[in-house]
Amino acid sequence: MSCEPWQCAEISATKKANPIQKPEVAVAMIKRAQRPILVVGSNATERWMEGRQLIEYLIDFAKASKVPVVATAHMVGEFLKRGYEPAGFMNAMDVSNRLVDPEWMGLDGKGHPDLVLIVGLPYYMEGLILAGLMNFAPDLKTMTLDNMYHPHASWSFPNASLEEWASNLKVMTSKFEGGQ
Amino acid sequence: MATKNVHVKIDEMKTSTGLIKNLEVSIGKIVDDSWAEPMGPTPMPSMSTLRDWDMKLLNKYKPFYMPDCDLCCLCTFGKCDLTAGKRGACGLDIGAQSSRIVLLACCIGAATHTAHSRHMIHHLVEKYGRRFPLDIGGLNIKVEAPITRLVTGIRPQNLGDLEDVLDYAEREITQCLAVAHTGQEGNNLDFESKSFHVGMIDHVGMEVGDIAQVSTLGMPKAEPEAPLVSLGIGSVDTTKPVIMCIGHNVIPSVGIIDYAKDNKLDDKIEIVGLCCTAHDITRYYNRGRIIGPISWQLRFIRGGFADVVVLDEQCVRTDAFDEARKVHAPVIAASEKNCMGFKNRTDDDTDTIVADLVSGKVAGVLILDPEKVGEVAVRVAQQVAPIRKKLKNLPSLEELVKDAKTCRQCDMCRRSCPQDLKLPQAIKAAAGGDISQLTELYEYCIGCGRCEQACPQNLMIHSMIVKAGEKFMLEETNFCRVGRGAVQDVEIRNVGSPIVLGEIPGIVAVVGCSNYPHGGKDVYDICREFALRRYIVALSGCSAMSAGSYKNSEGKTLYEEFPGEFTAGGVLNVGSCVANSHIAGAAIKVANIFAKRSLRGNYEEIADYIHNRLGAVGLAWGAYSQKAAAIAAGFWRLGIPVLVGPHGSKYRRMLLGREDKPENWNVIDARTGNTVNVGPAPEHLFQTVETPQEAMVAIAKLCIRPNDTWKGRSIKLSHYVDLHKRHYGCMPNDLHLFVRTMADVPMTLKDEFTKILEANKWKETVIPDPTLLPRMVRKMKE
Repeated sequence: MSCEPWQCAEISATKKANPIQKPEVAVAMIKRAQRPILVVGSNATERWMEGRQLIEYLIDFAKASKVPVVATAHMVGEFLKRGYEPAGFMNAMDVSNRLVDPEWMGLDGKGHPDLVLIVGLPYYMEGLILAGLMNFAPDLKTMTLDNMYHPHASWSFPNASLEEWASNLKVMTSKFEGGQ
Repeated sequence: MATKNVHVKIDEMKTSTGLIKNLEVSIGKIVDDSWAEPMGPTPMPSMSTLRDWDMKLLNKYKPFYMPDCDLCCLCTFGKCDLTAGKRGACGLDIGAQSSRIVLLACCIGAATHTAHSRHMIHHLVEKYGRRFPLDIGGLNIKVEAPITRLVTGIRPQNLGDLEDVLDYAEREITQCLAVAHTGQEGNNLDFESKSFHVGMIDHVGMEVGDIAQVSTLGMPKAEPEAPLVSLGIGSVDTTKPVIMCIGHNVIPSVGIIDYAKDNKLDDKIEIVGLCCTAHDITRYYNRGRIIGPISWQLRFIRGGFADVVVLDEQCVRTDAFDEARKVHAPVIAASEKNCMGFKNRTDDDTDTIVADLVSGKVAGVLILDPEKVGEVAVRVAQQVAPIRKKLKNLPSLEELVKDAKTCRQCDMCRRSCPQDLKLPQAIKAAAGGDISQLTELYEYCIGCGRCEQACPQNLMIHSMIVKAGEKFMLEETNFCRVGRGAVQDVEIRNVGSPIVLGEIPGIVAVVGCSNYPHGGKDVYDICREFALRRYIVALSGCSAMSAGSYKNSEGKTLYEEFPGEFTAGGVLNVGSCVANSHIAGAAIKVANIFAKRSLRGNYEEIADYIHNRLGAVGLAWGAYSQKAAAIAAGFWRLGIPVLVGPHGSKYRRMLLGREDKPENWNVIDARTGNTVNVGPAPEHLFQTVETPQEAMVAIAKLCIRPNDTWKGRSIKLSHYVDLHKRHYGCMPNDLHLFVRTMADVPMTLKDEFTKILEANKWKETVIPDPTLLPRMVRKMKE
């Protein structure tokens, strides 16, 4: 598994995401977070692994981990169709803009998120958002759940095959109490 | 206009006091007072004149930066690491650096349009004289140059007047560019204000260029029913010699067309265009053809259709020459801005140039005289066509399969593809003889060619896609409406009231380039959706071509299905890039013609009017260029929101409102002076949307304005809710922010709204006469 940016020119500068070599490491960090959120982009219905769409893996993960989901673009409808109600839905720029505001008290109004899991946006757009968060929300930790290495995140999975990706998501889901 | 140059020359005059000989008197400028409108407060604003207005907008719509690079490498102190709060050697932080990059992009864009206009007007003044009168719509247009009037306080009446306007524009662009030097501006919002300024100047530059070419070249003069023109390579008779013009500046193409017509060759030769030059060719010449948008350059050069390629300026692939040489198509570079390394043959004998190109002695020439370009291009095309026999640089199907078998499946093509197209899988299938996946990619490929640059096997991947899609390409026969130019004053009168009151739910301007995330059909779908909902849909540039490239179930293109008027349900193509000015101009004319607001040097008041009352929104679904950045900046300063598709996130800075912060949504009621909270209307000034579904919902929402009447608001909300339900599968969660009185609630949705309003403890408020400018408050009667 490679820790080069998935899109060749999307290189970082002086900071580079720590690679997540095992899904258990990601789970440990998520469990340590007080107020994590999961931002899910429009590729959630475009990416398939082992005959299932990414969104289905993410619903399993969200149900098990109880991490609140923010659906971007029109993804809220896709979640609802599958019987899962996300905690919120918002444009990807809007949620990012709130995350760089330390006064934003999260979707539930109870406190600013301390960890953002992000997955399924167009690669370049997700990279830019992560760059914005890295620069303007320095206390916020960011983690991608994609199978493409994102240098601007705090933590990122390395580039991985679809099979590895599916396995990572399933392992992560299984490590939470609600997991299978 | 406001000022004139006066030059008096007397060779000989006898007077009572004596004989005067060879007297010359020059007066720089005299004021022309024939324009009754009084001069407003800000004629020819400098970059700080409208700073207060900019800050009002930037306070509502704060920048959200997404630095593409954490370093600054613009001076020799650097590279400096600006990550997460660090400052560079000059003291700049990443926020200011990001806004500085935005300013640079806007300066490049404004300089490009303005330089284009300067070249064109210089040429047209030489040909037609400074006194050539401007006429962009005959009796149908009295406000000939709304942006110019508004910004400069000049009412241009002839070609020469436009030179004075350009003098101002060029001065301001230089000033703004200077701001980007190390050790000038240090505050991000001041950089943003200057981006707004140069964006406003960009609109001046565009307007000047388009009204000059419309006035002199016989282009449609604000014609709603401008003719339909064939679109697509399938509409070109490729048995004839084909001259393919690429770029934006129509002057060399005019030389070609004139030569062909003068020599009665116009039915024996095809003159076609790619990108905005194509629009302007068809505005000038009824036999011209639009081949397609900017992203199709590689496709059509390699396809071998062109016998001569003529390059003017802007958005031209810089390897166009290398590509054309492979299909033995001679290239003529026709712009000083794009010399392509060719020898300047402008002063050479035409016969010699033609002979050199036809024989292949030289593969390309630089000719800066448009008439000479015309003669050389036509004669060379005639002589080269029988020799070339439409030589292609595409593989045969057998070669395609053979090449595909050498693919290592390393993924580098996909990792270099801006669209993340599944190229390795498609090539693998092709290696097994199934090209259907490659054929499918033809629609989504933006033609950048990065896949080929990345391939370690040197596979011509783009050519493989084009070959697989060749049948589809050759069948492309659609229609675009010829660029109509400006919007008539009478059209503004007819729609002014319903737009401002909200009964026409909005104006959707779909503009810009073709860096689409998933093909051009999204543009068609979005336009059709809003035309059917009786919004006004205005198009320009490459988007106008993409919108015409698909058909409905009856086989009609968008331009055949909907009228070209500026009216509810109209779909109008204003024309090329520089014609974008007519969309901003229409908004300005609503304030002037319908609301009787004075334009002359009165920018702030007009922008305040537009921002609070005119439900207009721009969508640049495939924006890629610095020009698009400058165009957007011009709309931002007018308070008009702009959406971009996902690739637009690479502009690295959004201007976002926060609907969860009610304190940001106060306006002043001009009737009473009271502060009124009007909700997030419009919510954003610049935002990226991910999908066409999201774009449609966002457009409907961004058309909401504080001034909407209850009837207008009800109509706008019903569209917002309907699109939201369809694409998001649920009711919007922010409706309580847009309802002022129960009359705003659409009748058929009353129950659903009531629940939402109750849940959010909604309270009724007033509908104000909204303004952000305290000076607009009218005095209360005693």
